[in-house]
Amino acid sequence: MIHPVPPGTRDVLPDEMRELRALSGSLHESFERAGYGEVWTPALEYEDVLRRGDENAAGAGFRLFDDRGHVLALRSDPTIPIARLVANRYAGETEPLRLSYFAHAYRAVTRGSGQAREFLQGGIELIGIGGAEGDAEVIALVDSALTEAGLRRHRIGLGDGMLYSSLLAESGIDGERAAPLLESLWRRDLVGLEAQVDGLDVSKPTRDLLVTLPALRGGPEVLDRVPEPGAQHLRAVHELLAERGVGDRVIFDLGLLRDLGYYTGTIFEVLDPAVAFALGGGGRYDELLGRFGEPRPACGAGLDIQRVHVAQIEEGS
Amino acid sequence: VTGGLTIAIPRGSLFEATLDLLDALGISTGEVRSNDRRLVFPGILTVRPSDVPTYVEHGAADLGITGKDVLMEQADRNVYELADLGYGHCRMIVAAPRDADPMGERMLRSGQVRIATKYPRIATDHFAGTGRQAEIVEVKGSVELAPITGLADAIVDLTATGKTLDENGLVEREQIWESTARLIANPVAHRLKAAQIDELLERVRGLG
Repeated sequence: MIHPVPPGTRDVLPDEMRELRALSGSLHESFERAGYGEVWTPALEYEDVLRRGDENAAGAGFRLFDDRGHVLALRSDPTIPIARLVANRYAGETEPLRLSYFAHAYRAVTRGSGQAREFLQGGIELIGIGGAEGDAEVIALVDSALTEAGLRRHRIGLGDGMLYSSLLAESGIDGERAAPLLESLWRRDLVGLEAQVDGLDVSKPTRDLLVTLPALRGGPEVLDRVPEPGAQHLRAVHELLAERGVGDRVIFDLGLLRDLGYYTGTIFEVLDPAVAFALGGGGRYDELLGRFGEPRPACGAGLDIQRVHVAQIEEGS
Repeated sequence: VTGGLTIAIPRGSLFEATLDLLDALGISTGEVRSNDRRLVFPGILTVRPSDVPTYVEHGAADLGITGKDVLMEQADRNVYELADLGYGHCRMIVAAPRDADPMGERMLRSGQVRIATKYPRIATDHFAGTGRQAEIVEVKGSVELAPITGLADAIVDLTATGKTLDENGLVEREQIWESTARLIANPVAHRLKAAQIDELLERVRGLG
């Protein structure tokens, strides 16, 4: 007789578990060596606290009442709980803070196949170092940790989450008028986006830029297609990554948007030819800690351990 | 043939026009045309139109061609929509029996209508978006039967020529949207195989 487990969750048996442990151990060691001490936060948080970080609680999919009637949510994202932890436990500190985590997160799955409701994330958060310097440290560490774990072909898709909205704002399109265009971009509907841009009252060069920019991706040469100062920040990040010897890992992706509402600038995704979904990603979230009363710049990255494991297996075969 | 890319193409009504497009792009389709039962060819997979987004999202194909109607029904798929290919024009409509207005009648007397469709999500969104209550009945085929047999007051369905509607005594009451064939891409391939994809896209645009 088979006793079911909820769809999107699963058991792990010793052979696989041994490999997942080894992978997590390797990543953990890389993070620890770079000064990122591991923290642990509860899987259950007050829903109000998650909402303080992101208005839809970062898409938390599972809620329950505790014995006092409070609404608890299973975290869908490790970064908001860590922002809470920093505000509670490191209030007023000004030295940079380097933290890492390995934690299960939970999300609702709207569709049957392929997606996990429970997934293991490993990642880092760098608090207190703003700008390109902080971005480059996080990206370079993710890259080297994956290399140390045995990956060879992974790439970093690098973009700026504010680029498109600031181009729109420069053309006088902001707020409610910008929202449907950003929605199309986020949904990767470039056909719909082009039709929306054609409906705007903008000059021909602006129209062409708004249509072509989302599909611009490749080496640093694509940055030349963005009017200054739009690409300055990405150039600075790239220079710092090149100094660290990982400039070649970067694929600029000027249409990149991520689904979490707290990103404020640089965003990135980790890509590998062996896996059809991003292995992970992250970005800069300079306003999130301020929502918890400790305004500090911050940047972080998370990896889906299971997907990294698949990429690792493919490297070996 | 396809520059190292794998393309999922739709069997069914878009099949012929899609093969013509591939020929025009210099991707030879002779083998596909002469093998009716085979599904997999070098660089080309032939699948059901509604399965194209699945193959592309999961990376079994880098690119895919399918109707906008399929993409709208599967709106949460994580794929890039790169180009409107222009062919395969059809419209999503609400149709009801010609000689009566059961939809209006029902709406008046019970405050909601019953709609049969193969596209429950599109139908639900359309009626919710126009402020009407609808009970959506999902059927898998021959949706025109539903109003004739009393299963539903009206249908939401695709139509290209309107001929099938007419033969079953139905007329179009509302247009929901128009659809054409689209080129879609897997998000990881879109970045890791950017040069090949852009090169193909250039050639597609050059045809238009």
